[in-house]
Amino acid sequence: MSPLLAAAARRLGRRAHRPEPEGEADAALVAELRAAVGAERVRADAAARYLASRDASIYSEGTAGPLCFPVTTEQVSACVRIAADHGRAVVPRGAGTGLSGGAAPLGRPVVLSLTRMNELLSVDLDNGVAWVQPGMVNLELSRRLAPYGMHYAPDPSSQQACTIGGNVATNSGGPHCLAYGVTSAHVVALEVVLSDASVVTLGGLDAEPAGYDLRGAFVGSEGMCGIATGAAVRLTPNPAAVSTMLMAYNDVSSGAATVGAIIADGIVPAALEMLDRRCISAIEDFAKAGYPRDAAAVLLVEVDGPPGGVAASAERVARIATANGAVSVRVAADDAERARLWKGRKSAFGAVANILPDYYLHDTVVPRSRLVEVLEQVYEIADRYELTALNVFHAGDGNLHPILAFDARVPGTMERVHAAGREIIEASLAVGGALSGEHGIGVEKRDYMERMFSDADLDQQSRLRAAFDPHCRLNPGKVLPSAHSCADIGLLRAADGKIWG
Amino acid sequence: MTTVGTIDPVLTDFATEVGPEGPVGVRGGGTRRHVGGEVAPGTRELRAPAGVVAFEPAEMTVRVRAGTTVAELHEALAASGQRTALPERPGGTVGGALMVGESAITRLGLGPVRDALLQARYVCADGRVATGGAGTVKNVSGFDLCRLLVGSLGTLGLLGEALLRTVPIPESEAWFRLEAVDPRQVWQRCRTANSILWDGGATWVLLSGYAADTAADRAILGELGEVADVEGPPALPPHRWSCTPAEAAAFGSGNGAAPNGATAGIDFVAEIGVGVVHASEPQPHRPVAPGVAELNRRMKERFDPTGRLNPGRDPLRRN
Repeated sequence: MSPLLAAAARRLGRRAHRPEPEGEADAALVAELRAAVGAERVRADAAARYLASRDASIYSEGTAGPLCFPVTTEQVSACVRIAADHGRAVVPRGAGTGLSGGAAPLGRPVVLSLTRMNELLSVDLDNGVAWVQPGMVNLELSRRLAPYGMHYAPDPSSQQACTIGGNVATNSGGPHCLAYGVTSAHVVALEVVLSDASVVTLGGLDAEPAGYDLRGAFVGSEGMCGIATGAAVRLTPNPAAVSTMLMAYNDVSSGAATVGAIIADGIVPAALEMLDRRCISAIEDFAKAGYPRDAAAVLLVEVDGPPGGVAASAERVARIATANGAVSVRVAADDAERARLWKGRKSAFGAVANILPDYYLHDTVVPRSRLVEVLEQVYEIADRYELTALNVFHAGDGNLHPILAFDARVPGTMERVHAAGREIIEASLAVGGALSGEHGIGVEKRDYMERMFSDADLDQQSRLRAAFDPHCRLNPGKVLPSAHSCADIGLLRAADGKIWG
Repeated sequence: MTTVGTIDPVLTDFATEVGPEGPVGVRGGGTRRHVGGEVAPGTRELRAPAGVVAFEPAEMTVRVRAGTTVAELHEALAASGQRTALPERPGGTVGGALMVGESAITRLGLGPVRDALLQARYVCADGRVATGGAGTVKNVSGFDLCRLLVGSLGTLGLLGEALLRTVPIPESEAWFRLEAVDPRQVWQRCRTANSILWDGGATWVLLSGYAADTAADRAILGELGEVADVEGPPALPPHRWSCTPAEAAAFGSGNGAAPNGATAGIDFVAEIGVGVVHASEPQPHRPVAPGVAELNRRMKERFDPTGRLNPGRDPLRRN
């Protein structure tokens, strides 16, 4: 974070903790919003606005204007129009589980929570899709599809809470995206409210919709291109067979070597996760998943599909693991054991809270062949800043998730956390990596975009955004650094001159 | 400062050739030149650079220049037991396959072409080289230019180099033909089917996977009807229709279930589970919602304000 931004953020942070009462200036805006969506569905009190000012990231400097809970596409459209009439931006919001500050409102915008639009509208087996509203919770969707023998494949760790709308905004991944692909590969059509309050359908159920792939351009646009009010998602048949294995290693590099060897052998596991010693220890203290405490690292590997391939690839994976130094290979004997092994992985973040009160979950991607060297740097960086680093990550696609655990009450800690985070980004980019594999850019990594992309690259990205939202009314101030998003700054200034100094 | 990989001088030379002004296009293998309209007369047509730059089997990625033929690329990958989801046409190039965006007949199993592109290096309308996406198999750093570029017919940027996702070549792969079965049954029951083609009478099925699994699915085909081993897919009629999977499975029935009304009397081969239909007649014009047409217009205007990139071609007129 630049010093200027940090200073502005600190000022904002103080204010965010003492939200002002509903201002005179907002009275007319709130009245119009209430007329459009119903009085009970608009909150302008300090408590509601405080809750809407944050997501699950460590970014705490957002300031929300009125918070609306529309229940129809028409109401979403009305809110967008009213906000525009009042010169205010709009920030859409799902469950608020995002980790990059993407849903943190900047400049007191109208915040639209889509959580009340949470219906499964239809299951269309003939076309292999389901239409859902954006507030549908990810895991709930798979539960509802279970009677059809189907599921929704992307499974972010927050899947018990996060919504499909939020998944679309961040192009979410998850452990099983290694074989099945991320959100973009699973959304075929979107109903979207644009910044001029019009409603369009992007993509379609037909194989090759005419025109540019606006659907693909929209997925992952972090609420800056429009507000998704409906999505047609692909149904994925439940696999006929599953095999889940846990391999233990005496050193991290042997585990990483196994990852490369599995992929090079032509096996694409459904999931290929790695956890380090500190993480194993935290998980065992917390969830007792039966992970070996004496291991330096474990690999959690799952292969699924038709039974013949599952048996063959499970056997090959075990052989490759042993050849690469695995000291034990445990194969889940039944569904209960499989669930226990996954419980360990999925409770990793909760387990960290047992160690220290706060954590910063990082997210970068590196080529698989560079995993070990970047991991070693992560440990070295954390040690140097006197932070505790735990590593649990999607090794199969090189997606690192270092957890920096800390106690924010200790003065000076946040500065060390940010500095360490910056160095982890530098280390990942230096080997040809990416800023984010799953969490998105939001405000967290906005000012690092210039480290990964050239001026020409960012100019192209801003053109994509501007084609959808020429006036930067939707979720301004995110993703693109200010030099590439001047209109954003203008709008933010108009709303609150103090924010940008 | 940018940390991401340096630009290959070959691409810089390509950008110099494109220059900052005047109508310009890129010609690939010329296999799909009619899609979205012919390029306007007077347009300077260039060739994109060719060659496989880097293939990393353990990353399951390949970096390849746009002018490389798909056949040549696949030959290089096959040595390590891999391939891509791009369609192979005689003389067809990687750049052409991505810019036209039509998936192979194996889309049911391998996924659409649009999901294969991880990173694109291309020349923008102003003559600069830009990069969309990342050099890794997973990335959500900013807006998804790769998805936007696939199928854009070179009207937003001129592709120079692509990083593609590769997939393993399966242990067993073979085509079978069945008479008079409901092809939707094959779709529902055979998980190793990478392609199911149906001409209203016969069904062709490509089973791909581990030998034990394709053998099991071969047995399922036997339960559905009489199965013959065949060399490959049937000849495909020349015109391409975009239908929903349900419409494709009802094609030729004349009952209006297919798009644009009755389709009786048209020779066709439908891709079951996907929705592409290869037909003897062109697909009637598909109306596009005004809001979508306007977004397409704005996208073109933002990326190519003077309309110099492949003038005459328009993804809204692709059928």
